[in-house]
Amino acid sequence: MSAVIENHHDDHDHGPAKGITRWLYTTNHKDIGTLYLWFSFAMFLIGGAMAMIIRAELFQPGMQIVEPEFYNQMITLHGLIMIFGGVMPAFVGLANWLVPMMIGAPDMALPRMNNLSFWILPFAFFILLSSLFMEGGAPNFGWTFYAPLSTTYAPPSVTFFIFSVHIMGASSIMGAINVVVTIMNMRAPGVTLMKMPLFVWSWLITAYLLIAVMPVLAGAVTMMLMDIHFGTSFFNAAGGGDPVLFQHIFWFFGHPEVYIMILPAFGIVSHIIETFSRKQLFGYSSMVWAMLSIAILSFVVWAHHMFTVGLPLAAEIFFMWATMLIAVPTGVKVFNWVATMFRGSLTFETPMLFAVAFVVLFTIGGLSGLMLAIVPADFQYHDTYFVVAHFHYVLVPGAIFSIMAAVYYWIPKWSGNMYDERLGKLHFWLSFIGVNVTFFPQHFIGLAGMPRRYPDYALIFADWNMVSSIGAFLFGFSQLLFLFIVIKTVMGGKKATDQVWEGAKGLEWTVASPAPYHTFSTPPKVD
Amino acid sequence: MLFNLFNFTKRNTSLLALLLLVSPFMQADWFALNMTRGSTNISNEVFELHMLIFWICVAIGVIVFSVMFYSMWAHTKKKNPVPAKFHENHKLEIAWTIIPFLILIAMAVPASKTLVKIYDDEAGDINIQVTGYQWKWQYRYLEDDVSFFSNLSTDLDEIYNLVPKGENYLQEVDEMVVIPAGKKVRFLITANDVIHSWWLPAFAIKQDAIPGFVNTAWTIVDEPGIYRGKCTELCGKNHGFMPIVVKVVEQAEYDEWVFAKKQEAIKLAELTTKEWTAAELVERGESIYEVNCVACHQTSGQGISGIFPALAGSDIVMNKKDRNIEILMEGVQGAAMNSFSYLSEVELAAVITYTRQSWGNAEKGDGEIVIPKDIVDYKEPKI
Repeated sequence: MSAVIENHHDDHDHGPAKGITRWLYTTNHKDIGTLYLWFSFAMFLIGGAMAMIIRAELFQPGMQIVEPEFYNQMITLHGLIMIFGGVMPAFVGLANWLVPMMIGAPDMALPRMNNLSFWILPFAFFILLSSLFMEGGAPNFGWTFYAPLSTTYAPPSVTFFIFSVHIMGASSIMGAINVVVTIMNMRAPGVTLMKMPLFVWSWLITAYLLIAVMPVLAGAVTMMLMDIHFGTSFFNAAGGGDPVLFQHIFWFFGHPEVYIMILPAFGIVSHIIETFSRKQLFGYSSMVWAMLSIAILSFVVWAHHMFTVGLPLAAEIFFMWATMLIAVPTGVKVFNWVATMFRGSLTFETPMLFAVAFVVLFTIGGLSGLMLAIVPADFQYHDTYFVVAHFHYVLVPGAIFSIMAAVYYWIPKWSGNMYDERLGKLHFWLSFIGVNVTFFPQHFIGLAGMPRRYPDYALIFADWNMVSSIGAFLFGFSQLLFLFIVIKTVMGGKKATDQVWEGAKGLEWTVASPAPYHTFSTPPKVD
Repeated sequence: MLFNLFNFTKRNTSLLALLLLVSPFMQADWFALNMTRGSTNISNEVFELHMLIFWICVAIGVIVFSVMFYSMWAHTKKKNPVPAKFHENHKLEIAWTIIPFLILIAMAVPASKTLVKIYDDEAGDINIQVTGYQWKWQYRYLEDDVSFFSNLSTDLDEIYNLVPKGENYLQEVDEMVVIPAGKKVRFLITANDVIHSWWLPAFAIKQDAIPGFVNTAWTIVDEPGIYRGKCTELCGKNHGFMPIVVKVVEQAEYDEWVFAKKQEAIKLAELTTKEWTAAELVERGESIYEVNCVACHQTSGQGISGIFPALAGSDIVMNKKDRNIEILMEGVQGAAMNSFSYLSEVELAAVITYTRQSWGNAEKGDGEIVIPKDIVDYKEPKI
């Protein structure tokens, strides 16, 4: 790939506006990316604080800190905030920063909508969090909000929850449309589909998943709204409705949603492993096909979340086999990463440490996922801490580690400064130990028989719960170090070169560090 | 009964501090690491299946990670300054697609076979309808017309760390499900309000209890004993406090138990025609209130602001006897208040009378009592 051709004739080129209006009115993809990333970090800390409350209550058997009523509000908000406020906006922020720079585009295709899709998010979460202070408390029916617990039996704040989910959905759909339109229309000449960086590919697929399933979620919550306020009985058995219908609709959204939270991570990790192995990615096209297969399969496996609802035998067998099939393309990805590292020239800077940890721990989460697909065994695992351990392994050292890896990897490009490598490594090791001490024992607790969403438990589960809580506190407080490192890097530090990393490839490394406010006003030439 | 914070102030707090320190170590159990082997043929088969896929997953993990860790050790920049150039190898790529596929089939075939065995919905020798309620289970023996509720029996003081926790903390109930050994028992599982899930690990049964649906599960347990399980679908605030306990006994003992339960039912029917005084009803009603009503309406009758209405000072409870009966019989549409028509006439009359006589309601309202006959009249209106 060739260097950028700077355009010095553009009279309209200008820097950022001054003051708060820069952020309120901005249509610049880099500013919006920054907004998304800081917002998601704020939500990560709030959702994390709730996790601390949960683990503090579970530190010992018996009720000590909160009442069961409030405990249920905490698990519900923790899930919703981490998914819709933490992981998803962080990936959208990364897409905003990186997709235009990676494909040689000057900005996102729909900048005004980009501004809107970000600025409605804080309102959505303000509404959601404000429900904590309402009479009857915040939503308390789990992030999966199964009817009729979330309709007939819900606290009055459920209506605010529904409104908040609608806003989040609108934001995600707008963000996804923007990504698709940008990638489809604004690639620099020569950037063909099969030459796009994998992060761009992963986001293109993710964006299609979002467009396909967010309206389904919107439909589900609208049906809830109708049941609660307008006398319908979609999910009310007494009125001829069907509570299981809710679960089918929810998981038709919910399972692709799982991949929405992991596909961009695949893209990120592929870049980082390639860079720090100083070796070409082993199989680019098989990586693309693997992601496409995973995305397509994600639409036909939703009922593996519902093996215990009483599905007919044929359905159980179909969903078991379809789910297990996902292990094949997922395996292809893992083998590709290992083959890329093999006989490379490896160094282990912080982004690489996070990426390697991602591969190992995500694989552990994937293998426990394979176990969960086996229906007879799932009858024992379902809704226990084994499931909690499984999805936290794919989401925390999976999605969240990939986001942290991405921040360490690209922050020199964003800020123009190198982060403190010693502190970065310290952050990694604290997080790595914390995450495993927290979630590995949850496999034991779950297999031994502790159900999830329990505020209190039998004595046999006491020891490993205590270990898990200690790990959670370690992991939680380590993230303040991450905040410190990011602020320190933004404020100053060793100047980064344009290339930043020895083995880095791609258009974003051809522009100056920090990246100028406007890049690629004239498309670069790509061979 | 459950979760009344005011109980804290009444107790000895220094005792609490001591217990907080020692209680988790009294029952140390670092070896609760794996699924326990089941007590039935099916649950044993499930356990074997679990161990099979577990070891396959471990083997895959060990192979993949050892290649990776070897590479991390041997192919660092120091040891291997010039990276290799290879990429894409079709033979290798086909191999790592086909081999996992074959491994998956090796796992899926035995799993499907076990599943077919589990999916047998023929009637059992004994058929028990299991109904989930917020937050208790009801068991109805369809052949014998025996029916009862099973509630958590762990004391509130144990939950709030005021006294040491018993051996079966949160795993004990006031009335166990009794089934005979060696007989095929079929459970017909449903729910009255929200979705619950009936899980008994030793039998490898986990079936969601869904309002409007009847799911089935069956078991044959050879070994008499006590087996414990839990609710596994979030069902509201006391989700963690509605355990399941099944007692498996020999056939003779089972027959005796059924006979005794039937006698109890006859005695209860006699109570309906008895002349009741207010004091008797209040006394009986208090215990019914503690089991059925207190979770929402609270011991104080104050409810929880915004969610569960107060009964103390309520106009309906104080002055509108007929509406009061109607609410208990029919529930309140669109609210968490369900019908309690499954309680006996005596129980309903007693609990209504208790609420009408407590918390100063009798003085402020009309003070009338409800007798079992009122409930019978409600059920069979005079033409």
